Amino acid sequence: MSSVVSNAAYPARIARATVGQTMRIAPSRGWVSLKLGELWEYRELLYFLMWRDIKVRYKQTVLGAAWAIIQPVFTMIVFSLFFGQLGKMPSDGIPYPIFSFAALVPWTFFANGLSQSSNSLVGSSNLITKVYFPRLVVPLSAVLSGVVDFALSFVVLLGMMFFFGIVPTVNFLWLPLLFLLAFIASLGVGLWFSALNVEFRDVRYLITFVTQLWLFATPIAYPSSMLPEPWRTLYGLNPMAGVVEGFRWALLGTNTAPGAIIAVSSTVAVIVLITGAFYFRRMERTFADVV
Amino acid sequence: MSETIISVHNLGKRYRIGAQQPLYYRTLRDQLNDKALAPFRIARHLLVRNGKNSDNGNGNGHRSVNGNHTRASRRAETIWALKDVSFDVSRGEVIGVVGRNGAGKSTLLKILSRITEPTQGYADITGRIASLLEVGTGFHPELTGRENIFLNGSILGMRRAEIQRKFDEIVEFAEIEKFIDTAVKYYSSGMYTRLAFSVAAHLEPEILLVDEVLAVGDAAFQKKCLGKMGDVAREGRTVLFVSHNMAAVQRLCAHSLWIEEGRIKAYGNTNAIVDDYLSTSTATAPADRWVNLDHANRVGSGGVRFKALKYSVPDAETDTAMSSEPLEVSLEVTSDCDRTVGSVAMTICDHHGTRLINADTLSFGKSVRLTEGSNNLRLTLDKLHLNPGTYMLGLWIADPIAGPFDYIDAACRIEVCKPPQNGIGQTPDDEGLIPCSFHLTAG
Repeated sequence: MSSVVSNAAYPARIARATVGQTMRIAPSRGWVSLKLGELWEYRELLYFLMWRDIKVRYKQTVLGAAWAIIQPVFTMIVFSLFFGQLGKMPSDGIPYPIFSFAALVPWTFFANGLSQSSNSLVGSSNLITKVYFPRLVVPLSAVLSGVVDFALSFVVLLGMMFFFGIVPTVNFLWLPLLFLLAFIASLGVGLWFSALNVEFRDVRYLITFVTQLWLFATPIAYPSSMLPEPWRTLYGLNPMAGVVEGFRWALLGTNTAPGAIIAVSSTVAVIVLITGAFYFRRMERTFADVV
Repeated sequence: MSETIISVHNLGKRYRIGAQQPLYYRTLRDQLNDKALAPFRIARHLLVRNGKNSDNGNGNGHRSVNGNHTRASRRAETIWALKDVSFDVSRGEVIGVVGRNGAGKSTLLKILSRITEPTQGYADITGRIASLLEVGTGFHPELTGRENIFLNGSILGMRRAEIQRKFDEIVEFAEIEKFIDTAVKYYSSGMYTRLAFSVAAHLEPEILLVDEVLAVGDAAFQKKCLGKMGDVAREGRTVLFVSHNMAAVQRLCAHSLWIEEGRIKAYGNTNAIVDDYLSTSTATAPADRWVNLDHANRVGSGGVRFKALKYSVPDAETDTAMSSEPLEVSLEVTSDCDRTVGSVAMTICDHHGTRLINADTLSFGKSVRLTEGSNNLRLTLDKLHLNPGTYMLGLWIADPIAGPFDYIDAACRIEVCKPPQNGIGQTPDDEGLIPCSFHLTAG
């Protein structure tokens, strides 16, 4: 390969040029830096893409933003009927509907973020082949734009808590961090899938299937307390197990302190995010050619 | 005198040809196969390594055989879209980039704007760079004009404050004040393009890379865009301008870069390059300019030959031919003796190669007299019934009995534009195949 010769002579680096600085455009090889600084410089673009996604999502729909609520609410109803009423599933001493809904709210955010971000690069091929910007912006904005939907269904969740007369404990304050964990998990998996999706369109079919299985692999319809230790802690290897149990603990005051699960989940989620980000950056150089 | 702002060294870009076929993405299965076989490949590679350590030096084009067969055959399916391209651009220069379709012009811009990485070589760029490879990148049909200005602006690299500051100017330039809060999906294609170009025209980078985006809109708006480009150039910004519109290149760029098959064919004075380039008859020739036909692809016995042609619109000052206006084509013809010929014809084909017009003097039944040496002929179409677009002019001179003396099926490419309209005329989205003149009366 002739390029090996020339690559060796020119260090693999593309630096962001500011006024007066020289930027070198050269082939990059192997693992490259995440260039988070550059990502920060493009924060306005991130904002506009997010804003576009939110603005456009429910355009020309009859029910509009109600769709954000319909999905988790109906899943909750189905779960309550089949698992709660018919299956007599244990629910840590909490009314089954709110038990499952408190889990479905972060889950829906995770699952939508995952599928949106996984398809985001392919969906933005017109941008990627015409303009330069840090490609990480695309899946990131896809996950972030789900925050609005999350907020809407969270309001419904609060309404339900009021209806069932559940008063949140001080643990409520942990929610932002638990939400962050859901965000990290969603983005982490989304980065892997979106980069893979550019080259292998198999991923598109995989996503639907994976999220379906993942829903049942997460303690949403059932409590993780059904598992004995140490299996229960190991359950945290599924990052959403930690998020879901954390949400229930913080909001509904289930007395199954999920500290260990959350610790495991956080570790896994952060590892997935970091590896995903590096993998993404590594594949980024061919996006415009392949997408 | 001036500092170098873009410095390109041996830049090359290789594509896998498979990547351009419809089913371009490899499936996971292929990749897994590939990975599963990797250990064998490595083992084999190690085994044969001592045997074949020959040509790994500068293996461009010819494939180096190391180890696995599929790897070797995959490498053979690659092309260099760009190869060994080196040039420097000084601050404030406006460089035209010319070359036929697929020559590598767009690849060059894509590398310089960091959309895609080079395979080899490097480029040093000093200053803020913006690229305009398409107008309206990222426009969303559901959003309003106002919203799209902000979205598109930020995609092109403008700051929000910058967009806000220039907002009124952008709207005014695009001439869409009334529709600014209408979703762009309800815009006519002309309004859409005007808005898109207007946003782009208000970019203020130190280096601007522009690809063939001026070939949009009606003639009047094109003129306005070219004017804007001229302003950009005068403000001392550095521009790389890809175009097939030679008139625009000549007007805007003192120097030009001619790329042919991925390599630089010439770099220097625009007029000289455009003359050479036009004689290869692949470019769009501007009106009122002689196109030399010496190097054109031709067939025929050669007793009579077309030397040059020029087209123009009578009584109009324009770079292009005009839809529904007359078209006058001047021909310089040499003959090796005094003779009469039965047929002088001009053909016009569309980009599919379909012959739309064949203006052949044979139909008059009168022969044309030629004297030895140079002759000037003028062929006028009373009205050019062609929609805006680019077309290929072909020339034919023949004797009905002796056969063709000279036949050039692609003498020069012309561009047909819409004549400027009085009032707010709009082109319907589904235009008819042929334009016609018509009027409407009451009763």
